[in-house]
Amino acid sequence: MTKTPLQFRHNGREVAVFVDGGVNLLVALRELIGDMTPKFGCGQGGCGACSVLIDGELHLSCLTLAEAANGRSVETLDGLKDGPNLHPLQRAFMEQFAAQCGYCTPGMLMAAKALLDRNPSPTRAEVVEAISGNICRCTGYEPIVNAVLAAASGGRARA
Amino acid sequence: MLELRKDIFADERDDNLKEIGKGTQRQDMLGHVTGTSTYFDDHKLQGMLHLKVLRSPHAHARLRRIDTTEAERAPGVRRVIRGADVPVNLNTLLSLINFGKDDEPSLAVDKVRYKGEPIVAVVADSPREAYEAIAKVRVDYEPLPAVFDVEEALKSGAPVVNETYPKNTFVYHDVYDHQKLRFGDVERGFAEADHVLEQRYQMSPIEHAPTETNGSIAAPDTNGRYVVYTSTQALFFSLDTCAKILDVPSNTFHFVGGTVGGGFGGKVDTLTEPLAILGAMLTGRPVRYQLGREEEMQFGSPRGAERIFVKDGVMRDGRIVARKICAYFDSGAYTRLSSYAVVKCAAHLPGPYTIPNVHGDIYCVFTNRTPATAMRGFGVTAMDFALECQMDKLAHLVGIDPMEFRILNAYRDGDMKAHRREAKNTALIECVQVAAEKAKWPLREEAKRASSRKDGGGSRAAMSPTPQDPAPQRAAASQQRTSYDRAPPVVTQPPPPTPTPPPPRPQAPSHGAARFSSVFGTRRR
Amino acid sequence: MPVTVRTFASTSEAASALSSDRGARYLGGGTLVMRALNEGDISISTVVRATDQALSRIDVSSSRITIGAGVTFAKILAERDLAFLHAPARSIGGPAVRNMGTVGGNLFAPNPYGDFTVALLALDATVSVQGGLGARDLPVEEFLQSRERQSGALVLAVSCQRPASADAFRYRKIARIKPKGGSVITLAAHLPVSGGRITGARIALGSMAPMQIRARAAERVLEGRSFDDASINAAAAAAAEGVSPADSALGSAWYRREIVGVHLRRLLSGLE
Repeated sequence: MTKTPLQFRHNGREVAVFVDGGVNLLVALRELIGDMTPKFGCGQGGCGACSVLIDGELHLSCLTLAEAANGRSVETLDGLKDGPNLHPLQRAFMEQFAAQCGYCTPGMLMAAKALLDRNPSPTRAEVVEAISGNICRCTGYEPIVNAVLAAASGGRARA
Repeated sequence: MLELRKDIFADERDDNLKEIGKGTQRQDMLGHVTGTSTYFDDHKLQGMLHLKVLRSPHAHARLRRIDTTEAERAPGVRRVIRGADVPVNLNTLLSLINFGKDDEPSLAVDKVRYKGEPIVAVVADSPREAYEAIAKVRVDYEPLPAVFDVEEALKSGAPVVNETYPKNTFVYHDVYDHQKLRFGDVERGFAEADHVLEQRYQMSPIEHAPTETNGSIAAPDTNGRYVVYTSTQALFFSLDTCAKILDVPSNTFHFVGGTVGGGFGGKVDTLTEPLAILGAMLTGRPVRYQLGREEEMQFGSPRGAERIFVKDGVMRDGRIVARKICAYFDSGAYTRLSSYAVVKCAAHLPGPYTIPNVHGDIYCVFTNRTPATAMRGFGVTAMDFALECQMDKLAHLVGIDPMEFRILNAYRDGDMKAHRREAKNTALIECVQVAAEKAKWPLREEAKRASSRKDGGGSRAAMSPTPQDPAPQRAAASQQRTSYDRAPPVVTQPPPPTPTPPPPRPQAPSHGAARFSSVFGTRRR
Repeated sequence: MPVTVRTFASTSEAASALSSDRGARYLGGGTLVMRALNEGDISISTVVRATDQALSRIDVSSSRITIGAGVTFAKILAERDLAFLHAPARSIGGPAVRNMGTVGGNLFAPNPYGDFTVALLALDATVSVQGGLGARDLPVEEFLQSRERQSGALVLAVSCQRPASADAFRYRKIARIKPKGGSVITLAAHLPVSGGRITGARIALGSMAPMQIRARAAERVLEGRSFDDASINAAAAAAAEGVSPADSALGSAWYRREIVGVHLRRLLSGLE
């Protein structure tokens, strides 16, 4: 089986791997790069657990051909912290108890970051729209919406 | 926001709450927001193989022939696993506590009993190669008539779903085909009641749909053991179930669980570990078996559907004097935990109310549907749905406010419960009063003054004489039928179990299984 | 056999790779093809991609707009001159799906998806397809009817006339989950009014048949009439004619037949 080279910026770091044909970006990130933060939830584009930012835009890594990330910038939850310091969204999620099992959290944080990077002062409706592609089975969404609003109003929204 | 009503039952507590009412942070919250919480799949193991399963497309079929020769030769395939490869290919989850008979194969051999049942497992270098090999497995199915309805399954002549239980009901203590509760004489209660209301309630199976699907990774470990990373909610159950199915001592395994990506009861059935471990044993490599989303919906166990008939006799003044419940739990094709759900349901009757005559029959029924399992409020939630809908209808029937109707019928400390235990520390009345207050639902003063600690006991502590044989039905002249009463459904009672000679003394349980009193009905010592 | 990815600079090369290989599928945004691969669809052995910039172009210079097949819904939402298509684009998926899903891909999306295509059908859109001898145009309705045969063809663009007026084009997606979710019914209507009369009525329905269809009986009812309660009620009564919905997890066929007239009435009256 021929493997295709794939080189991209992963949370600011240049990485390069070889992928089998047809492999999706989620598998490449988790199994080849070792970044376990994006999660598998459905493989269908319905749950958002695999959400990452590609060139600053929210994408579903399970539906992205790994090779399509060549030369692009890919951001995952693993890169959200600023050194040892939590991003305001991470702090807000903790303070607002916006996670229980935590499995949707990486995707939610990426969706929230995509929102706040473009729109630092969203309305509640805009927050709901921003996470509308992410399924949470535990919290009932309210703490998550509150956390995003708290992060938006509570400090620097941009990293 | 959380409000603490410390005024209620204040004299029964010392008010030194240190944690309740304060937001205490989860110990894993930092892990969740940084993505360092570790789920079963967050392990990168060298040379990991992928396991995929061929599943039955039929709800009920004989397996005439399974041909895996082409699949075994497919590129990337390390091992094809069939039923004959599983050391102990028949199990039931609760056999670990000596409850129930082994009825479920890990891989089907001669018959499939629900759509999605596993037949053959393929372990390959990549998921793609596993899928291609699965497509090369040839199975000759002989479709059989299937039954999907609990009452149809109980009729004589219905297709036998699971030969271990030929009457399509789970058998308790080797003799009884359902769980029974008898307290007082419901037929006399109905005869004396001013109104009789019988209703049928039905729920569908409910899928937990956790964001993380069921899965596990098993790998040979350094010292001849196997390490197993799993999504299970029931780590020790899973470990011992695997020890039994794979016929090895339980210290062969090192199970690592911990963070579960949502369970809600849907990760208690040891769905993936046995095959993942067997794959690791047979290939000598780490093996990953994770359900896809479609598999999680079809094959992952749901909360079982229930059909519940509630027949109540109520007086004009609002007292419920008789409650008769007949409920059917749809266990699907295998027992899993439904046998226990039925026990819990029977234990819950008739709800938090003092009713002098109570009659319950709860069945665990097998159908050709996905085997059911636990889910939040296991065994109780659907029954409560039925009972509380019924309470509203009864209140409407007698023209009493539904909140006050509940206060009127609520149990109080000192009452005799249908299970012949004294009601203690009851609190339904206070719950209803606070709920009414929060909803700004007006209650009359009498209802506001009611208390769980007043007016209980006395005649309400009496144990009603309970007839051994079912009393003949007597219709009361004053019984009124109402707009709620649809034409009474024909309730097919299964034929009474033919008396069998007492079974031989059961063997000592093989896993040092403890006797659980809630399951066996023995009093706690 | 393993999956091979072939990426071409030109659409004609991509088209010929697509048509010459039965196991080939064209990868647009990934929402259909990657999903199929994830779910173990082994009938796909070649993934074809094209990097031709023309596929991402939007041309709004005239009254006839042209949208490259590779244009994403997010891009449509960012284009002010395509405001009349914002409601359909916004109704699709969540933000990530809108960043990935393409207009061309939506033509192939099966029930309960394919909502943007419902809008295109109501707008009498034309689909431009790369065949063996160059590009050819076909009406979207014809494209949909021959969709099974089209998987070997490469869609280049869709085009349509702007609606007669802002009010003339209406769209609504009925879903169980808000703000996103698979469609129970999707409705789109283009009802130009001239001289007080509806001329050139087009009503399209999604999830009411194996593919997106026109509600021709309802169209005939409205044609030449003025917009009033009587004509709206008559159209609603005719809405279910010619539909063949299937049972699905989101709704039974019976339910869809029951509500299609209700939702058409609301769409035509402008009611929520």
